Amino acid sequence: MSGHSTYEPKTGFTRWLDSRLPIVRLGWDSFVDFPTPRNLNYWWTFGGILAVFLMIQIITGIILAMHYVPHEAMAFESVERIRRDVNFGWMIQSMHANGAAFFFVAVYLHMFRGLYYGSYKAPREILWILGVVIYLLMMATAFMGYVLPWGQMSYWGAMVITNLIGALPFVGDAIREWLWGGFSVGQTTLNRFFSLHYLLPFIIAGVVGLHIWALHVPGNGNPLGIEVKDTKKDALPFHPYYTVKDGFAIIVYLMIFAIFVFFMPNVLGHADNFIEANPLSTPAHIVPEWYFLPFYAILRAITFDIGPIDAKLGGVLAMFGAIAILFVLPWLDTSKVRSMRFRPLTRWFFIFFVLAALGLGWCGAKNPDDYVLGMEGFKFLYLAQFLTLYYFAYFIVILPVLGIVEKPKERPASIEAAVLGNA
Amino acid sequence: MTEENGAPGVDGQEPSRRDFIYIAAGGAAAVGGGLVAWPFIDQMNPAADTLALGSIRVDVSPVLQGSEITVMWRGAPVFIRHRTEEEIAAARAVELSALPDEDARNDNLPAGTPGFDANRVLRPEYLIVKGNCTHLGCVPLGLNANTGDYDGWYCPCHGSHYDTSARIRRGPAPENLPVPDYFFETETVVKLGLSPEEASAAGWTVSENDGAVA
Repeated sequence: MSGHSTYEPKTGFTRWLDSRLPIVRLGWDSFVDFPTPRNLNYWWTFGGILAVFLMIQIITGIILAMHYVPHEAMAFESVERIRRDVNFGWMIQSMHANGAAFFFVAVYLHMFRGLYYGSYKAPREILWILGVVIYLLMMATAFMGYVLPWGQMSYWGAMVITNLIGALPFVGDAIREWLWGGFSVGQTTLNRFFSLHYLLPFIIAGVVGLHIWALHVPGNGNPLGIEVKDTKKDALPFHPYYTVKDGFAIIVYLMIFAIFVFFMPNVLGHADNFIEANPLSTPAHIVPEWYFLPFYAILRAITFDIGPIDAKLGGVLAMFGAIAILFVLPWLDTSKVRSMRFRPLTRWFFIFFVLAALGLGWCGAKNPDDYVLGMEGFKFLYLAQFLTLYYFAYFIVILPVLGIVEKPKERPASIEAAVLGNA
Repeated sequence: MTEENGAPGVDGQEPSRRDFIYIAAGGAAAVGGGLVAWPFIDQMNPAADTLALGSIRVDVSPVLQGSEITVMWRGAPVFIRHRTEEEIAAARAVELSALPDEDARNDNLPAGTPGFDANRVLRPEYLIVKGNCTHLGCVPLGLNANTGDYDGWYCPCHGSHYDTSARIRRGPAPENLPVPDYFFETETVVKLGLSPEEASAAGWTVSENDGAVA
């Protein structure tokens, strides 16, 4: 919603600066006077929360890097030293480890918000795609970060994931060796993961800049999914209305974060990661961090060959496909109606989609051969396969078809009419 | 219609001098870019010292028949099992058709060699294989804990069973545990990292092998 700038420099210095580097104007137009739909609900606050968590991760990460040693013989010990001996290391390490989890909680809610309210639809396709890019970068960063403490789960998680690359035909082994820098996960791998784990957050910050730029061209979507027509009536200035709303949500979210950081810092971790990495002994049950579990379940759900693609490669393709499909989502959903408030049928399929995603996370945490809720014969594998099918069907079949066959509800004439009732 | 200069040679016309310059400059930039990029990509491949550790010597004389050891080679485990007569007989009695992976997976032999037990050992009593499951790289359990349903190895991660020739028999692993390059320097000293042919070519003493079938 980039319109006419309302910034007026008031002092001699700001006038001088504005004609040379209009940075104050940029900030004013983007975060003070930016016209924002007046009906945003709390699902819209996660963008601000995510920006805060990116900053938390970068600041705590830079500090941890001052004490951490990326060496296979010293990494584990140096993390323990941070937790025990470094002044406030216990807090900063806990903020970083739990911060990653809270970052993912927020990003998943942000993404589900986008899916429900159709935030990916024209003219916001690029905005959505940039978001998926950020999500992929986050996953890469988190994966490499989890390797750094060099515990058993760090090591074996890295082993399993890098071995997935080996499933690629012809080039798999060469790429895997190239990633490892050796013949197994080892010192070289740890060292380069540290380097890249330090780099990627800054790339994320750069793409976030593009994401916000792309957001500020059409402006925010909103729960009604209808565009702002009259900025005077349908919109409010970002400050103070949404700085306060975002600020409140950020504080509440940080309070929950603090409970984890201070009172249960290890509850999201895994006991095996308090054992130093041992290349000769595999933990009985390797699980990734919770935020990867749905994709881990999809990976393991493909236990059968699909034509020339064997089960292992099939699993890898399905796992990456589950994310890649988000890139083309704007063109798969054929409905012009953004908000699911006005899509009575699709709404239900969306709710099942959320349940399927959560269910896949549950399957990912369990042994595939165990029985669901003790039901004889009903393995977690079968549940994971069913939910994987639904996951892909939602994008490939349900959204394209429902957009054509569904009759959406009547939408209000304008945001103002819906919110204030004085059309 | 003729092109004086500058315009690309469309409609089957003669390309101009400028087209040639564009293509030549673009080609040179692409090749130059590739040449510059390669060192920055290749630096991530195993370094010289990593490769130098590619060959180690193991004395297998303390490994009693019916036991096994695990040695670290190239940062990963290698299983060396001193097999009993029964284990050898069991491995040799298996039909090729009973194997999910019919390839010998022996770095000393060309790909496509059938996976008979004789093609996976140099001396039948010593079975030497890399110790990472071919599924996702976990270390299978062996005589120390659980030999699985085929008396070889069992991978606890996703339930792959290997037989006494370390061939996959059941479970998600797609391939047999691979046999590394190795040769016997003496009756009981194994050198990992070089095949017998490479070793003799490089001037090493290679002890006679009695089990290899090419």
